Formats: sequence, C-alpha cells, structure tokens
Amino acid sequence: MKRFSRALAACAVVLMHIATAQAVQVTDERGVAVDLPRPPQRIVTLLPSLTEAVCEMGACARLVGVDRYSNSPEAVRALPQVGGGLDPNVEAIVALKPDAVLLAKSSRVTQRLEALGLKVLVLEPKNHADVQRVLAKLDEVLGTHEAPRVWRVIDASVSAAAQSVPPTARAMRVYFEVNNGPYAAGETSFIGETLARLGVRNIVPAALGPFPKINPEYVVRANPDLIMVGERSAAGLEQRPGWAGIRAVREGRICRFTAAESDVLVRPGPRMGEAARLMAKCLNDKAP
Amino acid sequence: MNRQRRRALFFALALLALSVGALLFGLGIGSTGFQSVLAARHDPIALQIVWDIRLPRTLGAWLAGGLLGLAGAVAQGLFRNPLADPYLLGSASGASLGVAVALLLFGASPSTTQWVVRLGLTGAAFVGAVVAVLLTLALARGVQQTLRLLLAGVIVGVVLGAVKDLITIQSADILVALTGFMLGSTGLVGWSACALMAIFGAGCLLLGWALAPVLDGLALGESTAASLGLPLGAMRAALVAVLALATGAAVAQTGLIAFVGLAAPHLVRSVVKTTHAWLLVLSTLMGGLLLMTADLGARWLVAPQELPVGVLTAVLGGSYLLWLMHRRSLRGGA
Repeated sequence: MKRFSRALAACAVVLMHIATAQAVQVTDERGVAVDLPRPPQRIVTLLPSLTEAVCEMGACARLVGVDRYSNSPEAVRALPQVGGGLDPNVEAIVALKPDAVLLAKSSRVTQRLEALGLKVLVLEPKNHADVQRVLAKLDEVLGTHEAPRVWRVIDASVSAAAQSVPPTARAMRVYFEVNNGPYAAGETSFIGETLARLGVRNIVPAALGPFPKINPEYVVRANPDLIMVGERSAAGLEQRPGWAGIRAVREGRICRFTAAESDVLVRPGPRMGEAARLMAKCLNDKAP
Repeated sequence: MNRQRRRALFFALALLALSVGALLFGLGIGSTGFQSVLAARHDPIALQIVWDIRLPRTLGAWLAGGLLGLAGAVAQGLFRNPLADPYLLGSASGASLGVAVALLLFGASPSTTQWVVRLGLTGAAFVGAVVAVLLTLALARGVQQTLRLLLAGVIVGVVLGAVKDLITIQSADILVALTGFMLGSTGLVGWSACALMAIFGAGCLLLGWALAPVLDGLALGESTAASLGLPLGAMRAALVAVLALATGAAVAQTGLIAFVGLAAPHLVRSVVKTTHAWLLVLSTLMGGLLLMTADLGARWLVAPQELPVGVLTAVLGGSYLLWLMHRRSLRGGA
C-alpha cells in the first residue's frame, strides 16, 4: 500500500512537471531560433557573466559545467570546468549531457556543439541595456520570472551607490584602465555607463568606442583627477613616461582593485551593482 | 634505384601502420578517459564521445597534418628552399584576417550576422587563405619568377597580418577567439570537416603526384627544368594551386598549426632519399602522423584539460629536427 501511494505521488509529480514544462522557442543573438522542448535542467555556461546571471536567477542548481574563468558565486567552483574561451573542450561538454549550452558570440565551439546535436544559445551582454535584455532572454530559457527582480536589484544598487558618492567627488574626471594595453573603458561601455550613473566624468568619450586602445599620451593630455585600475596592470603606472605629472598620480588618487574586485568590475552581469559600490567606495576614499 | 623505391615503400607502410595504431589509441584518450570506450556499447553519450568526437578529431588531425605535410613538400620543391613552409604565400595571415573579419561582422548588424553564421569561421578562414594567395599571385604577376613570388608572399603576409591587427585593436573582445585560432586546435573537427579535408587531400595529392616530375626538374635548376620541355608555367601554377588549396583546407578546419608543414618533408628526407613523387606521398603520411601524435599528446598530457595542439607540434617536430641537425653536424665534424 505504501509502495502504491509512493508510485502515485511520483506519477503526480511527473504529471505536474509535464503540465508546467512547456516547449519554448528562444531567438538568441545570432538570430537563430532555438527550440527547447522544456526548460533546460542541465546547463553548461561558457561565460562568467552568464554563469553569474543564471545563478542569480535561482537556477544555479541546474548548472552542470562552467568555463575555467567562472568563479562566482561560490557554488560554481565545485562544478566541472570545460575549458575556456580559448580552448573549449568539446568532449568534456558533451560528456556532461547538457540540454542547453550558453556561450559568448566569439566562441569557436558553437558550430561544433550544434553539429553534435546540443542546444546552443549565444548570449553576450556588453552594456546595461544588454544585461537587462539577456536577463529577459534567460527568463524565457529557464522558464523563470526573475529577470525584472534581478534587474531591479542591480538598478537599485547602482542608484544607492550613486547616492553615496560625496558631492565633492562629482564632476571628477576619471580614467578607468581595463588593462595595460592600455585599453580604457569608454563612456559607451558598461563600466562607463556605471561611472556616468555615479555622476563622474569619463575622460574617454563615447566616440572612441566601448573599450578603445588609447595612446598613453592621451591620458596625460586629459589629465584625469582619478585613476581606477586593476592591481595586475597597475604595476609601474606612475613610472610611465609623463604620467608623474597627471593630477591623479600627483595627488595619489589611484584606486587599485584586487583581482577579485577586478572580476566584479569587468563582468557585465548581476554583480554590476556590486561593481558600482566598489567604484563609489573608491570615489569616497579619494574625494578631495 | 630499385632498392630506394623499396625502401620508400617500406617507409610509407610503416608510417601508415603507425598512423592506424595512433588512430586506435586516440579512441581511448580524452577528458572522460578510457571508460567512454568501455561504456560505448550501452551508453549513447559515451558512444557519441568515441564515435562523433574522438574518432573524427583523431582522423581530422591526421588529414590536416597530411595536407600540411603535402603543402610543405610542394612549397620546398617549388621554391627550392628548405625553409619554405605552407604559409609562405600569405595564406596564414589571409586565414586569420578572414576569421577576424568574420568575428568583427558577427553582431555588427543582423544581415552581416546572418551572413557570418551561414559562412562560418571555417568558411571565412578558407576564403581568406585562398584570397591571400591570389593576391600574392597578382602582386608577383604570375608564377614565372620564384623569387618574386616568394617576396610577394612575404609582403602579402605582413600586410594582411597588419590589417588583422588593426581589426583586433578596434574590437579587443575578439582577441581571445583569434588567439585560439592562431594557436591551432584539432578539438573542433567533426565528420563533415574530415570529409572536406579528405576530398581536398585526395585531389591535391593526385595533382601533386602528377606534377612531381616538374619538382624533380626544378631541383636541378630552372633552366634544366625548362630544357625538359615541360610546360613549366602551367605546371607551376597548378602546383601553387595545390599548395594554396591544401593549406587553406587544413587551416580552415584546425587553425594555424605550426611546424608540421616545415618539419614533415625534412623528417622524410632524413630517412629516405627519393624522387618528389615519393616525397610528396611520404610527407603527407609523415605530416599526418606528426599532427595525430601531437593531438594525442595534447589530449593526454594534462587530461582532463587540453593543450593547444599547435604548441605541441612545434615542440615535438622542432626538437626532433634539432636532434637531427645535431647528429648530422657531429657526423660531418667526425
């Protein structure tokens, strides 16, 4: 009798699942329509920002594999790693039997995985609007209704961070260096968008594109009041020719972010609110 | 002469046997280990891993290596230069430029994205490689002068490489994907890629075999070759076509794999002295074996991770060549 009731309960669960799980068709950023017979339960992500987004939407348990650079939240560190953007491991991905693989535009593995019969969705947020759009797409894929909430949290955190910036820090002219190429974060990048919301001015105008490779001379000429840079590329910054004269260097207004903080700052995903807080803290510390 | 031919035949059979052995070995190596082979009978995923991933990539490595070995032998014969390699006529830079342009256009606008999705990165690489060789030919005004052709190839390579760099500076986010392509990888080769490479390989090898007497003639000098009464211009053009198509087909599927094309003919010559007809066949087999072995190593050495195979070919082929040179200089000194 007990066994019968248990079987009945199992049947009910399965029936409920079939009733709620419905086929969806999602158009990804290639313009390719991907049919998902039911919301994927075994997901592989090959982009840290997508990993974070999936987890933030409460679907962390559905992840079965991530790329080498996905290190947040803590739960994904235990998952199998299937290579990086440079060297995705096809065999390892297939062995995980994923029912959806989420990856970036420039990933080379897309065609191969599709040829092997996997469902592949290309999603790559690049700015604030993209993040909102990708979150909505993930809602469609995952069958959740979390995107509005997640976006509200990001938006509110950025606003709160902006509130905390002291008036004296506003109108400071900021240079955000992504790496010592030197590549800068321009006004149109998601980092630039966050800086704009914090009320500071970016020395790299929108016309130069999101992440332009700039001439070091340009920074000297622009003479920023504050420099934000990752620890890794900060070495020798003051010794670059002519940089000793930059106001930010002269007055010691350089924020060096640790590697973990840099990860937060350079990923367009759910931690953009946290990134805004980090930048606001820097502005607070260094405000004149 | 007869004895040398027998030796070449024996060498070819040995290379084939080793390749078959490596192919079988390759079925058991990968990030999921040997269990996949054992489980293949009842587990569809394991079967897919062995049949649709490991087998085509191992075979693909052999085919791509073969194409590069063939192209290398043709290039060294055609330019009468032991340093010639398949990428000499600018196809490497052309292919990477093709990939860079494709990555740039991807997502630039819906219509270009569609176009790129349809052509694929492999298509873009192939088109880039072939266009680069055509550009070289145009610049050298035909194939008549070897030195001119060589120079034009180097210039086209440098210029296209610079254009590629310009594009990557414009949009830094394609840098990672492009680096992956430049390092070369056999991990993304499937059955369709194998079929394509096999078709190209068979065609190029047949054509090369038929044209091998020209290479033999050229080895004795341009005037000697001309005095043989062969239609030198047309045959040279055909050899350039073999070189371009073989290289393009390999590069499109596996990226820029270093050294196989340069090393394979040298390794063959170190074992047998023979005519170009045999040299082309043996270089093809040697290139295939070399890349296949490197691919096995790439999967095995740091399993379950993977090394870029291009790095390994350089280490494997390079150190063997160095050893050969060392041994030869010792002998020469003695």
